[in-house]
Amino acid sequence: MGAIADSRIARAGQRAAGDRPSLLLRGLRKAYADVVAVDGVDLEVARGECFGLLGPNGAGKTTTIEICEGLTVPDAGSVEILGLNWQTGAKELRQRIGIQLQETQFPEKLKVVEVLRLFRSFFRRGITVEESIRIAQLEEKRNARVGSLSGGQKQRLAMACALVSDPELLFLDEPTTGLDPQARRHLWDLVDGLKQAGRAIILTTHYMEEAERLCDRVAIMDHGKIIALGTPQQLIASVGGEHIVEFAVSGQAHGNGRVDAGALTAIPGVQSHRVDASIHQLLVSELHTAVPRIIAALGEQGLHLSELRTHSATLDDVFVRLTGRNLRDE
Amino acid sequence: MSRLSESSLFQLTAVRFLLFLREPEAVFWIFIFPILLAVGLGIAFRNRPPDVLPVGATTPQLTQALAAGKGLKATTFDQIAGTHALAVGDILLLAIQNPGGVVYKYDDTNPDARIARLLADRAVQAAAGRRDAVRAANELVHETGSRYIDFVVPGLLGMNLMGSAMWGLGFSIVEARQKKLLKRMVASPMPRWQYLAGYVLSRLAMLVIEVVVFLGFARLVFGVPFRGSLWQLGILCVLTSLAFSALGLLVASRAKTMEAVSGLMNLVMLPMWILSGVFFSASRFPAIIQPAVRALPLTAAIDTMRGNMLQGTTLAQMAAPLAILTAWLIVPFAVSLRIFRWR
Repeated sequence: MGAIADSRIARAGQRAAGDRPSLLLRGLRKAYADVVAVDGVDLEVARGECFGLLGPNGAGKTTTIEICEGLTVPDAGSVEILGLNWQTGAKELRQRIGIQLQETQFPEKLKVVEVLRLFRSFFRRGITVEESIRIAQLEEKRNARVGSLSGGQKQRLAMACALVSDPELLFLDEPTTGLDPQARRHLWDLVDGLKQAGRAIILTTHYMEEAERLCDRVAIMDHGKIIALGTPQQLIASVGGEHIVEFAVSGQAHGNGRVDAGALTAIPGVQSHRVDASIHQLLVSELHTAVPRIIAALGEQGLHLSELRTHSATLDDVFVRLTGRNLRDE
Repeated sequence: MSRLSESSLFQLTAVRFLLFLREPEAVFWIFIFPILLAVGLGIAFRNRPPDVLPVGATTPQLTQALAAGKGLKATTFDQIAGTHALAVGDILLLAIQNPGGVVYKYDDTNPDARIARLLADRAVQAAAGRRDAVRAANELVHETGSRYIDFVVPGLLGMNLMGSAMWGLGFSIVEARQKKLLKRMVASPMPRWQYLAGYVLSRLAMLVIEVVVFLGFARLVFGVPFRGSLWQLGILCVLTSLAFSALGLLVASRAKTMEAVSGLMNLVMLPMWILSGVFFSASRFPAIIQPAVRALPLTAAIDTMRGNMLQGTTLAQMAAPLAILTAWLIVPFAVSLRIFRWR
């Protein structure tokens, strides 16, 4: 078998281009008839990094990732992947990257193992079909038809198709969209395992908790632009507080019933205030000292607390802070 | 696994073949339906044995004389009942015994009745002792190849090759496009030509089964003749199937929905079902549209198959229709490769 020699050559190639990033985007731009989908994106993803493109639907994530995958030609800008580009190295690149697209439906009447055998046949090197079935945890469904799989199992099959070539760089476009929470967690574990193995992964998602859980670094996209970039911790810290206090007031005891936002933000440790659907949100850095003062301040304004809860700040709060909109509103 | 079965072209072909076999409706339309159609037409247009003509007579002696004649079935009636039977069509002729001889009562505008008149008179005269002046003997001929079933089998074969190639390619390509499978395929290193070649190769594998089953059936059950060389017939089938595969590819090369491709398919195939001489000779259409009729791929396919099977014509003698078929293979294929939408 030439597989060992092949992989040695591939590894040597990897070393030669080893100082190059997995992915390098410069000034990427793509417009469709009436909308600018990607508007000047620069991005660099290191070897072995798990990178997340986060944003609401229509933010330009899928267009960006499809340009990276060589499926869409950008109007302007350059794409470099594993030290290669699509103009001169397309054949080589197709062999070395793994791709999972949004909403691919495999033929319902094919068996899992047949789909994987087909995809394995396209690649010069890679893992065995059985190995890919094992990684995607589809052993029990090996001989089941695609039509009989659940949503989560279909996504794991799509993942297995992307993995069967043992790619150096893996693109996952919204891998958990439409899955129930359990199937989502199952898929996260799978991606975790791939990450541990040191594979570079680029994924898009509009679930903040998914990006927080999986990604080393995250770029938040909105209207075709990257509006924030960093580790999830950095991004959360950048909003200036680690905690969110949410409360609602009802029936005034006395006074005019209005919440005096100025009085609240004057409390030490309270960074900002906003109201969304009559829920007040405060961004707070010193939870233990701030909360008693907040309650006291509301009491002084003659307001009745009907709800009070706190949670650690998430990427959702980062998005809200940056855009003034909720991610899920889109 | 062997090296062959690991190759992408083999896998693409095998997957296509498996998907076809797992589609019961497709199996029915391609393998079962043409046989049912051939059986139906074979029964409807079978060559019947010479009819036995029903006649009546007014006396038992006369009935006996008539029954002795070949091709008649005689019954005894009284004159009133016999006239009634004649009027309602139960018998074609009533022979009435008169003192002076025999009177034949029949409708001379009905050909069967005129034949009955001739046969009845011959039987009556023979019974009365007339002898033939000249000895005559018969030699009966039932020519295969001149029956309707012989004519229609090559037509059905051509129609079936057209349908299976066009539906087979058109539907599954558009389905793959609609389900974003095409996009996923081109995102892999799969050579694009192999994807289309996989369709064509699996089509040829099915073609062998399809043609052998159908023609084998026509041969065994109806004794349809094969006067030309079988390998040349094989070449004709392959060429026909490839030409319609190319046409199917063209029809499916841009369509995004099943509805769109169904409409296009019917638009392309309907004129050929009517004009190309599947069920009756295409030469019945007026001379003015003959050039258009001749230029259709199905006309060319059926003409060459009929030529091969019924007249034993060689490929060299059918250069014109073969050139038409080849053009229908090359042009749509070249065009569809240029305009094919992969996503």
